[in-house]
Amino acid sequence: MNNEVQTTRATLRSDAGQSSRYSDASLTPPVDVIEDVNGITLYADLPGVSREKLNLNVESDTLTIEAEADLAVPEDLASHHTEVGLARFKRVFTLSKELDTEKVTAELAQGVLKLRIPKAEHAQARRIEVQMG
Amino acid sequence: MYRSLFPRDMFAEMDRLQREMQQAFDLSPTIRGFARNGFPALNVGGTPKAIEIYAFAPGVDPATLEVQLERGLLSVAGERKSSLPAPDAKTAVHINERFEGRFHRVITLPEDADPEHVEAKLRDGVLRITVQRRASAQPRRIAIQ
Repeated sequence: MNNEVQTTRATLRSDAGQSSRYSDASLTPPVDVIEDVNGITLYADLPGVSREKLNLNVESDTLTIEAEADLAVPEDLASHHTEVGLARFKRVFTLSKELDTEKVTAELAQGVLKLRIPKAEHAQARRIEVQMG
Repeated sequence: MYRSLFPRDMFAEMDRLQREMQQAFDLSPTIRGFARNGFPALNVGGTPKAIEIYAFAPGVDPATLEVQLERGLLSVAGERKSSLPAPDAKTAVHINERFEGRFHRVITLPEDADPEHVEAKLRDGVLRITVQRRASAQPRRIAIQ
């Protein structure tokens, strides 16, 4: 029991994660993904993450969101109750071809990431006229 | 009741299971139960001088946040608005995992919590509440004559 508390404390401090059994583990942030005619919007909950600790990566058709929370926990804090036991977040998505990965925009505000991935020009929906013959 | 903030955190789930097993043997849970899966998720810890509460409330409008301390009970309430658009034929919601709506969580503070000295700060979606312990309750070194 005592040991468990120690571990949780270590992972809360972003620089002390290596020695714990959770060192490579990360939380899966919950997301909302909404598609409209012009593209896809993704919201992800990343509490405690500042812009410097957020890493977004698009490689071919894979989108990777990686982030680290920085809570500034006091040195002598003893945990009593822990619901968020990790300070690292990671989630990977596979994108589809019609999305324009060159034009991804991202905003981070109050621990929520908003990503906008537009569809490539040629992939945007077009109304097809039906010719009467 | 509430949707968990991190529903797929396997380690936390394992911890919870272990704790609930322990508590099942113990048979004296706190009267407010163990709302482990609420929003906002809470971490509670203590230093010799203060009790620190971290509430993970990303995207919550600070204007709706209400922190109250009454008779040793600390409550955090507020509302998080949905980011989903009004449903129409042109939009599709593919994934919807994030919490939305009103929330209210209550925790019992230790007896030495000082209701006069409470501080709450919201940064990057984490609400940090620091409740000082009463000076009289702090450990003091007693000089031996």
